[in-house]
Amino acid sequence: MHNKSVAELSRELESGQVSSVELTQEFLDRIKREDSKYNSFITVTEEQALADARVADEQRAAGNATPWTGVPFAHKDIFCTNGVRTTCGSKMLENFVPPYDATVTANFRQAGAVCLGKTNMDEFAMGSSNENSFFGAVTNPWGLNEGNKRVPGGSSGGSAAAVAARLVPAATATDTGGSIRQPAALCGVTGLKPTYGRVSRYGMIAFASSLDQGGTIARSAEDNALMLNVMAGFDPKDSTSIDREVPDYTATLNEPLKGLKIGLPKEYFSDQLSPAMEQQVRNAVAEYEKLGATVKEVSLPNAKLAIAAYYVIAPAEASANLSRFDGVRYGYRCEDPKDLMDLYTRSRAEGFGAEVKRRILVGTYALSAGYFDAYYLKAQKVRRLIQQDFINAFKEVDVLMSPTTPSPAFIQGEKTSDPVTMYLEDVFTIAINLAGVPAMSVPAGFVDGLPVGLQIIGDYFSEARLLNAAHQFQQVTDWHQREPQ
Amino acid sequence: MQWDIVIGLEIHVQLATKTKIFSGSSTAYGAEPNTQANAVDLAMPGTLPVPNEQAFRYAVMFGLAVNAEIERRSVFERKNYFYPDLPKGYQTTQLERPIVGPGYVDIDLPNGETKRVRIHHAHLEEDAGKSLHEDFHGMTGVDLNRAGTPLIEVVTEPDMNNAEEAVAFAKKLHSIVTSLGICDGDMSQGSMRFDVNISLKPKGSDTLGTRTETKNLNSFRFMEQAIAHEVERQMDVLEDGGSIVQETRLYNGDRDESRSMRTKEEANDYRYFPCPDLLPVEIDDSFIEEARNSLPELPDARKARFMEQYGLNDYDAGLLSGDSKLATFFEEAASQGKDAKLVANWIQGDFSARLNAEEKSVADSPISGAQLGDLVVRIADNTISSAGAKKVFEALWSGENDSVDAIIDAKGLKQVSDTGALEAMVDEVLAGMPDQVAQYQNEEDPKKRKKMLGGFMGPLMKASKGQGNPKLFNEILVRKLGG
Repeated sequence: MHNKSVAELSRELESGQVSSVELTQEFLDRIKREDSKYNSFITVTEEQALADARVADEQRAAGNATPWTGVPFAHKDIFCTNGVRTTCGSKMLENFVPPYDATVTANFRQAGAVCLGKTNMDEFAMGSSNENSFFGAVTNPWGLNEGNKRVPGGSSGGSAAAVAARLVPAATATDTGGSIRQPAALCGVTGLKPTYGRVSRYGMIAFASSLDQGGTIARSAEDNALMLNVMAGFDPKDSTSIDREVPDYTATLNEPLKGLKIGLPKEYFSDQLSPAMEQQVRNAVAEYEKLGATVKEVSLPNAKLAIAAYYVIAPAEASANLSRFDGVRYGYRCEDPKDLMDLYTRSRAEGFGAEVKRRILVGTYALSAGYFDAYYLKAQKVRRLIQQDFINAFKEVDVLMSPTTPSPAFIQGEKTSDPVTMYLEDVFTIAINLAGVPAMSVPAGFVDGLPVGLQIIGDYFSEARLLNAAHQFQQVTDWHQREPQ
Repeated sequence: MQWDIVIGLEIHVQLATKTKIFSGSSTAYGAEPNTQANAVDLAMPGTLPVPNEQAFRYAVMFGLAVNAEIERRSVFERKNYFYPDLPKGYQTTQLERPIVGPGYVDIDLPNGETKRVRIHHAHLEEDAGKSLHEDFHGMTGVDLNRAGTPLIEVVTEPDMNNAEEAVAFAKKLHSIVTSLGICDGDMSQGSMRFDVNISLKPKGSDTLGTRTETKNLNSFRFMEQAIAHEVERQMDVLEDGGSIVQETRLYNGDRDESRSMRTKEEANDYRYFPCPDLLPVEIDDSFIEEARNSLPELPDARKARFMEQYGLNDYDAGLLSGDSKLATFFEEAASQGKDAKLVANWIQGDFSARLNAEEKSVADSPISGAQLGDLVVRIADNTISSAGAKKVFEALWSGENDSVDAIIDAKGLKQVSDTGALEAMVDEVLAGMPDQVAQYQNEEDPKKRKKMLGGFMGPLMKASKGQGNPKLFNEILVRKLGG
């Protein structure tokens, strides 16, 4: 059962071959047995899951089922869950139990899905290796056999590892600079970052508000479509969510790709990319040609500025977003503060990890009087140029394709001492967040036994087309079905 | 040395919306602490602001009322600082693109002149909560009921030159926002709070001196005192050869003292930047036109109408039109009869004196405008004397009865105005006082004669058991005694 997709599990629940309680128990048992190797969960909600599964079985029996009724899945621990602690990977929120649901959480609840728990992540979604979690690093299920523990990517490393290890068939995730696509690539699963504004951010703990976007991780494109059907849509509680019709993303999965115009941004096939990685990506593009697509080279001339702009804008927003963690109303508070300043400084010094503090410092600096114009305003100008690059590219082609990451999963500890090297992990993903367009990462081969991700980038609100392109690829390849040993 | 005083004001006006500017919590005043603060107001993780359309409508109405341009693209920014009553660690406010651009207000000065005070801009923002320093044994309590209440902060140009002008402006602004119905104007509850920027310069100089800001004055009286206090303080410093430090000061009205809160060097770097959780708000023509059409009569227009419609003089019209509740009270009273001037006198006389004595506002008056109007009608048609009117007023105020005529009947205050009956009484009284009559008729000085008339009034009132109409008695007397 644990190798089955959401779509398959949904069909089997509907036909009565299996009950949600049985399915839930099987996945809970797997988590109990296997997750000590990966540490992909921060919290497992066994009792609640089984109770929800019983309700789901009753709903199916009563004929009130959605495709998700009774299907197990997990939430990244950044989505607030009413009554279940939500840590965001931080000591600051180690014991925080929200009295409200994120809109995404409420949507899955409404659909009858059974949440098994909350997945591990880099603290406040800041990181590309999941080594920045207060609850310990997550280990990539791939490469374990060779004796090296490799990173699953981040920040949604727990969600990607859990799906790759078959602990859940699907998990929610978020992506601010690559946090869905990079871990999906490194763990050999399929992930989608939707258009900014497509999925409500209400109740999703903010890192960088203008870049954060909730999305999906599962093994197949079809399962990503099923997830997005539940998650997408306007939310009156989020002023930045967009009031635009939500299509059935599964309805167009089987459209033929004949005539699809693919652009390969030349800046993303540079010498940062190893020849072995490039070969896998080019092989994948060749598969698309066989499916009737045409390919041309395009240019994103400002893409090289993306990392610099991102590491001004994201920390600037984060520096304000994280001010609410002050030890006053909820969250971590230091022992015996001697006055207000002591309460603030020690609660934050003790409650936040090193990377979070680094970014708060960077962001505070970038917004300071005398530096604002040179950093923040300049970065916003760069952001508009990058946006324009994508708008121009989509006048010529339907989708862009590139590697998701410059290299496959690296060994834990390899990059922790040098933040800038770590930031370069997101060199191919970050511009997409600055532009706000949607993108996926799809399994597309292996290098040295480690998964390689193909990034497919689309125009604003082209999620259905991306899912269609990924699904058609997955009809002629089986990379997404490979299981780590 | 002679000094010019330069004053600019910043006024925080709480908008009378039902819910907060970015959340659905109630803004009602006086609830138990922290019962009107939801997850958004508490800045719980993941919560997001949603703008309240009514706050924008009110801000636009204000802008139109002060002759200002409305900014079509309104941007919110984050003003970053840590304080326990600021849950997010930043205040959502406006900086570069405030909703109300430059405008002006005309104020009437005591010497009868009109002065124009320019408004630099007014912006929308959220109020903070309250820190409570008493009753917590060395700790601080935080009440977030007020956190997120919509405010407009009105910033003037430094166009005022003394405390009287500043207070006149403040009162005019109070009158405008209460007339618009966008603020309840209750200063004791903090609905309007004033920050005063003051500097001095040598008389006639073009260069502004260094200014100080005195914050959070919540009554006109304190504002006037604080200005006088700060002007004197600065004058002392300058005349002793010192210089003014740019700083923020706090004024204690009960003790007439002020102290420095922080200097410019200690000021925060607020690190403003556009709030990424709120998209710029586009305000279109139809929204502005709708707001324009919903504007009620404003104080200036009302004053002009009071002069035109009720024949009031400039002074009475200005006084009665300034406060919208008082204006409504006046109109209710005046609509009962024809003598608006008499209504105006009563409102400014006995009625205001009584309100002041009991520290009440018009809204708390136990007498309605219509009742006062009825009372004035009975004075004007000679049913009661002015002495009787005071008795009726007392009975209305104490709630003894709510009908003017019923009180007049019950207390027997009706004047006898039947001239036949009054003439008979006059004849009888004069017949009994021949010496006085002769004395009167021999007197040449009209002033003395007038005075002597009073000598007949006592016996006449006695003869009529106090119910004779004194005015008619007077007329009859003059006629009978031969002018």
